[in-house]
Amino acid sequence: MKAFTVHQGVVAPMDRANIDTDMIIPKQFLKSIKRSGFGPNLFDELRYLDEGQPDADNSGRPLNPDFVLNQPRYAGASVLLARENFGCGSSREHAPWALEDFGFRAIIAPSYADIFYNNSFKNGLLPIVLDEETVDRLFKETEANEGYQLTVDLENQKVVTPSGEEIAFEVDDFRRHCLLNGLDDIGLTLQDADEIKAYEEKRRASSPWLFA
Amino acid sequence: MAGKTLYDKLWDQHVVKTREDGTALIYIDRQLLHEVTSPQAFEGLRIAGRKPWRLDANLATPDHNVPTTVLERKSGIEGIQDPVSRIQVKTLDDNCDHFGINEFKMADKRQGIVHVVGPEQGATLPGMTVVCGDSHTATHGAFAALAHGIGTSEVEHVLATQCLIQRKMKNLLIKVDGELGKGITGKDVVLHVIGVIGTAGGNGCAMEFGGSAIRSMSMEGRMTMCNMAIEAGARVGMVAFDEITAEYVKGRPFAPKADQWEQAVAAWSDLKSDDDAEFDKVVEIRAEDIKPQVTWGTSPEMVTTVDGTVPTLEDAEDDVERSGFTRAYEYMGLKPGQKITDIKLDRVFIGSCTNSRIEDLRAAAEVAKGRKVADSLIQALVVPGSGLVKAQAEEEGLDKVFEEAGFEWREPGCSMCLAMNADKLGSGEHCASTSNRNFEGRQGYGGRTHLVSPAMAAAAAIAGHFVDVREF
Repeated sequence: MKAFTVHQGVVAPMDRANIDTDMIIPKQFLKSIKRSGFGPNLFDELRYLDEGQPDADNSGRPLNPDFVLNQPRYAGASVLLARENFGCGSSREHAPWALEDFGFRAIIAPSYADIFYNNSFKNGLLPIVLDEETVDRLFKETEANEGYQLTVDLENQKVVTPSGEEIAFEVDDFRRHCLLNGLDDIGLTLQDADEIKAYEEKRRASSPWLFA
Repeated sequence: MAGKTLYDKLWDQHVVKTREDGTALIYIDRQLLHEVTSPQAFEGLRIAGRKPWRLDANLATPDHNVPTTVLERKSGIEGIQDPVSRIQVKTLDDNCDHFGINEFKMADKRQGIVHVVGPEQGATLPGMTVVCGDSHTATHGAFAALAHGIGTSEVEHVLATQCLIQRKMKNLLIKVDGELGKGITGKDVVLHVIGVIGTAGGNGCAMEFGGSAIRSMSMEGRMTMCNMAIEAGARVGMVAFDEITAEYVKGRPFAPKADQWEQAVAAWSDLKSDDDAEFDKVVEIRAEDIKPQVTWGTSPEMVTTVDGTVPTLEDAEDDVERSGFTRAYEYMGLKPGQKITDIKLDRVFIGSCTNSRIEDLRAAAEVAKGRKVADSLIQALVVPGSGLVKAQAEEEGLDKVFEEAGFEWREPGCSMCLAMNADKLGSGEHCASTSNRNFEGRQGYGGRTHLVSPAMAAAAAIAGHFVDVREF
């Protein structure tokens, strides 16, 4: 996993609540057995005017000019600004894979669906929670200023605006540690293998029907 | 000290280790696997040179993109027309064979939707932790199990370590007291709940369904309710253990055998929230208030009653909701104030992990019996949740009832719930569906989904538009 320390990038505003993971990456692209290559189909149904197909060339497809990521002013965006309950619905990790593959490194929203939130951390994608009022203000600033950028500092847990304003955010220590260092948590858990085995033996004794 | 909730008890029983930062290592008793969210996890194991921690804790079956026509199914995997789907189903077989994981392959009569197969086999048991790379894993909480969906990285984590790193959620109780009216099912109850608390209402919570209406509900009804806890934002849905649970589990292939049964039931009997347990939030609902539900929009919270109308912009609470409504009117091709019974349908889908169990098919067949699907419909599909549900339904003659009425009777799989296989809506088509999500494009590009119960779907198929099943 890519480590995340400090990132500065162009902000793209997705002004819509309850963005679901079907919208982030539609089902037909879930047939892939790979982890990469989902970026061209991120938000496929919003981004293009026709229906996308897996393993197809997307370069000649008609783009929806109204969609935020197709607007030249947001080209190269790597910070996504969104509304409440972002990432609801299906547990597909293809959603953070697609966002990351497209080039996003951080998301800022008032709230996320639990599974999506969890999945993002496993993929070097930082979901930041800021209160609704602050998010609303960032939407206004982003829309008012072409090329608007934010700096996301995970080490110090703050978002820095172009005017130098610092906005603090909360993040779980363990997730922060893994993301800062790009750590694979399977390796960390396996350090506790003896404790897992001890628990398992106890469970086998108390609930033998759970073991074949 | 206050008593414990069901969630507190299940959590406590599975903590391997608590870390200083408040996260815990939680032991996983059962992992269910399917073809869509597992290939990258298996690949991860291979690359790292790891093996599954405990083979017997895993059970796999392909479901999301298996074809459902007899024609495509009869020649096995090679018969799958879509080459990308074929590779994915084949990859699950290869991975399970390679690592030695028990799999009900596509041709096995026990194959089906993971959330139907697990309970049906007794592979889901009270007191278990159950995970699967699918958000509808909440279904299994109906057995007083702690069950939730996970991403592919976590699928790999569970394969490799038999554990997950978790932070404890909040306790939310949905209490439904009273008696449900005739024709009102678990589907109507849970859609009503989502309408009340919203699609993010359960975020960060484990949601327990309690109250007298739940106590008297069948396991199928409880599974339908827990299944859709995720549509209210709760990863976990749960119902306490009782005699109805025990009755359902007893005798199933993976259930405790004779000598262990009494011991197991004794251990399970405490799987309920204590009388003095404290919940972070309680939502009380009167069963008598619940009418047949129909979703009108593109989020499960955009739901109303069959005798209701599409809400107007004045009904929206704020600007964000108003813009959501406006987009939904346009996508769904509906007008504010339009009567729900005036919505004309193009297709009907009875199936999915929400509503494809035998009780669901019986309810739909009862409505369909002796009647005909409206000529205006393009298609009415019935897709049983598993090969065993299909066999049971055929034994009861339900397949004949459906076919005589003009429904298509299919092979088991997820089918038109998410349209990863060939079963999908055309652009602009309205569908009465017993599935769980009415998101844009969910059932096919440009498709328009209305979520309902199986009996409501069957009645809508006959009428060609929504009708109140209580008066049908």
